[in-house]
Amino acid sequence: MTGKGKRERGKVLLEVRDLHASAEGREILRGVDLTVRAGEVHAIMGPNGSGKSTLAQVLAGHPAYAVTAGQVLYEGNDLLAMAPEARARAGVFLAFQYPVAIRGITNAYFLRAAVNAIRKHRGEVELGPVEFMDALEEKLKVIGWDSSYLTRPVNEGFSGGEKKRNEILQLAVLDPKLAILDETDSGLDIDALKTVAQTVDKLRRPDNATVLVTHYYRILTHIEPDVVHVLAGGRIVKSGGKELALELEEKGYDWLREEAVVA
Amino acid sequence: MTDVADRTERYVADFEAFARNGASGAPEWLREIREGAIARFAELGFPTTKQEEWRFTSVAPIAETPFQAARGHASRLPSPATLDTLSLGVGPRVVFVDGRYAPTLSTPEDLAGGVRAGSLAVALRTDAGGELARVHLARHARWRDSAFAALNTAFLADGAFVHVPADVTLERPLEVVFLSTGRVGSDGPVVSHPRSLIVVERGARAALVETYAGVSQGVYWTNAVTEVVVGEGAWAELYRVQREGPHSFQVATTHSRQERDSYLGLHVVTLGAALARHDINAVLDGPGAELILNGLYLLGGAQHADHHTVIDHAQPHCASHEFFNGVLAERAHGVFNGRIIVRPGAQRTDSKQTNNNLLLSTEARADSQPQLEIYADDVKCTHGSTVGPIDQMQLYYLRSRGLSPDAARSILTYGFGAEILDRMRHAELRDRLDHLVRARLS
Repeated sequence: MTGKGKRERGKVLLEVRDLHASAEGREILRGVDLTVRAGEVHAIMGPNGSGKSTLAQVLAGHPAYAVTAGQVLYEGNDLLAMAPEARARAGVFLAFQYPVAIRGITNAYFLRAAVNAIRKHRGEVELGPVEFMDALEEKLKVIGWDSSYLTRPVNEGFSGGEKKRNEILQLAVLDPKLAILDETDSGLDIDALKTVAQTVDKLRRPDNATVLVTHYYRILTHIEPDVVHVLAGGRIVKSGGKELALELEEKGYDWLREEAVVA
Repeated sequence: MTDVADRTERYVADFEAFARNGASGAPEWLREIREGAIARFAELGFPTTKQEEWRFTSVAPIAETPFQAARGHASRLPSPATLDTLSLGVGPRVVFVDGRYAPTLSTPEDLAGGVRAGSLAVALRTDAGGELARVHLARHARWRDSAFAALNTAFLADGAFVHVPADVTLERPLEVVFLSTGRVGSDGPVVSHPRSLIVVERGARAALVETYAGVSQGVYWTNAVTEVVVGEGAWAELYRVQREGPHSFQVATTHSRQERDSYLGLHVVTLGAALARHDINAVLDGPGAELILNGLYLLGGAQHADHHTVIDHAQPHCASHEFFNGVLAERAHGVFNGRIIVRPGAQRTDSKQTNNNLLLSTEARADSQPQLEIYADDVKCTHGSTVGPIDQMQLYYLRSRGLSPDAARSILTYGFGAEILDRMRHAELRDRLDHLVRARLS
């Protein structure tokens, strides 16, 4: 299920085995299997309600989802046993589909608190406000923002597109090993989409990996995935190369549902 | 409630003694107002929770305590060092101890540009001060509607008198400090009735601070009234910081009146007292006036604080933006009542009100009541309020970025304060208050 081995394959970063999860007593994930190696970009596509966001949130540690069966290993460790903050400190990052607004706390303050929490965990020196702002300048340029966004409260009064960009700014600043982007492309205009895609592309390295959860083919024209998975009915029903994404774009998802039923 | 009269009688008797002695030398017009005010107090009596405006706040502990009027100074004034810890201390200050002017703790009354900041009792004896007081004092605060404001007015003897003449810019923020020593009188605990009259004339600019602080762990009562007049085109910020002692009571009225095209930022930070009630009545009395009413209450233990605000849009083209946030820990109880009146003809009114309350314990409580009374048709009025514990999605979002649950909770709690602090325009004052808020929340 893990791509086609066109180049030397990195070590396994994430391994999801037969994952079942439910929310409010309703089972949403029904046995997901997924292996993500360092250096890879995976796209997880699927119709609405297929469990894409649930998978992303379960990996980040959302308290509303209960894992009922299965296992998730991150760098060989039991990810599900880790608190959300422990996952983040270990290098897991989720770009939220619906980023949360936080009153009174500026973006700069929030970002620095996050960076320092992770630095502290790694035994690195925490950054003061001035050092941090210097480091941030460069990241801001990458996403095409000026520093006025830093003095605004986190996501408060942000447009949908601004919230998504803010997630990407956090991604750039926190520089995770495993980035999960939950429909970050939804609701973006074409310029914002390009910015997001370029940022993700720039951050791509042999030692990190990206999982793009998306409903649309559009973003995959800017970020070339190594593997495309189709999630339907709480399971990955099909995996393939980027041509699978194109096929989905042309044929929609209905044919897969039938295939899944037949299988 | 057969003893209502008994409870007020003590004050009426005290007033008679006061009128014979302490009040002598006051101008005739003031004597008349005082007489009227004590009569009105006796008529109204202490409010009870059966009255709508006092539904959530029982003043029985005040009514049932035999308070005695503070007379003259405590035998020893607080030290300047004590004063420094309790005031914001960023500019000249005028200090009152138990309601009486303390010139040795205060900076000189005459400031640059003809600004006067000092004792109301002294000002009443001068021609110019006396005339300003005659025009404004007790003319704005509606003592006929409030037993507490009436009582304050009856005992009106001293307090702060601040006058910023037309077109003058006050360089440094001026701070008025009301310290309570909590000393016990011969018959019981003491009540003081601090009074402030602040007149910012046409085109003037000023940042002002009113600090109420207690240096006592004992029982005392502060019953304050402040009248603020902001002239045409003037710009004023009034920071009001309440840090009364833990077993004290504070009842206060702040009444502001704004003229045409004026700006008033009224920032309220309530931290102290066992029982506090603050009525804010803001009248936008000239077209184009703008008001920011921005408040924060941080309460713990068994503290109770009630903020009742009335914003009166009496003229067209005025804007009022009101934001009150409360953080309530342990068994604290916060009450917010925000009434907005848009008078007939006050077209193009732009009014926004929000009240957000964060409950840090299951025993903490907040009551929030908006009341809109709109008698004009071309207006924009919005209001909203929230009461609840820390939001689980916000907590998770911060944790997903590597913050520990404790760090995340502390950031979210601080955010309730920071949101209010951010609207304060004077950076230095905002920083001082930021320190106070952080210290309180840590």
